[in-house]
Amino acid sequence: MKVNHYLEEKILEVFITEEIDHHTSSIMRTRLDYEISRFRPKKVVINLEGVKFMDSAGIGFLIGRYKVAKAFDGILEIENASEKIMKIFEMSGLPKIIKFKENKKEEVS
Amino acid sequence: MDNLKNEMKLEFLSRSVNEAFARVAVASFASQLDPTIEELADIKTSVSEAVTNSIIHAYDGKDGIIKIHSRLYDNEIEIEVIDTGMGIENVEEARTPLFTTKSNLERSGMGFTIMENFMDELKVESVSGLGTKVYMKKLIKSKE
Repeated sequence: MKVNHYLEEKILEVFITEEIDHHTSSIMRTRLDYEISRFRPKKVVINLEGVKFMDSAGIGFLIGRYKVAKAFDGILEIENASEKIMKIFEMSGLPKIIKFKENKKEEVS
Repeated sequence: MDNLKNEMKLEFLSRSVNEAFARVAVASFASQLDPTIEELADIKTSVSEAVTNSIIHAYDGKDGIIKIHSRLYDNEIEIEVIDTGMGIENVEEARTPLFTTKSNLERSGMGFTIMENFMDELKVESVSGLGTKVYMKKLIKSKE
């Protein structure tokens, strides 16, 4: 996980490169909540382009960070979720709560 | 039933670091059937869900043994994930989308729903206090 701070815009940009499961998400949660509470971003952008695997732990992980961002008066957006990951999010109704930005890159089939 | 092509058993401790180990091991075994990337991803996700359930719910974070038993046939794979943990009191309720008893752990309650969607068959047998067996079957359509 790589975190960039944009001081002027108060944006916290998070690139997740790990596989997201119950094990990894509990480690990432601790670090990300620390970053959010310290930086108090207006916007948290979580980029999932580098995520090769995600199970249902990803749903709880993202809802949790959405709540933390909101508690510090920020919003949360998700970028570049693969088709496979999107399918899991859609099953849970997450896109009704959290904003998903269209993939910047076209999927190469 | 098709001819049995191969069979394997795995046994490991209910530690969260083994979630990745279990899904990669089963996917590696399943790859003998030459599945598509999509089929393999479905198997990985489903195994990850079942194993995580055993770790979080059956053993509640304590050490226990999780067993995986898998069989390959001509165009299908059977996977059983077995624990001897606390069992599920009400399986129907547990299988309901978004139902969870661990919302404090940020669990979404989507585990069984994902297994049902990604596999072709799902059976859950559980006895309170004795443990749970999750049986999953997936057809490898690329082989038909």
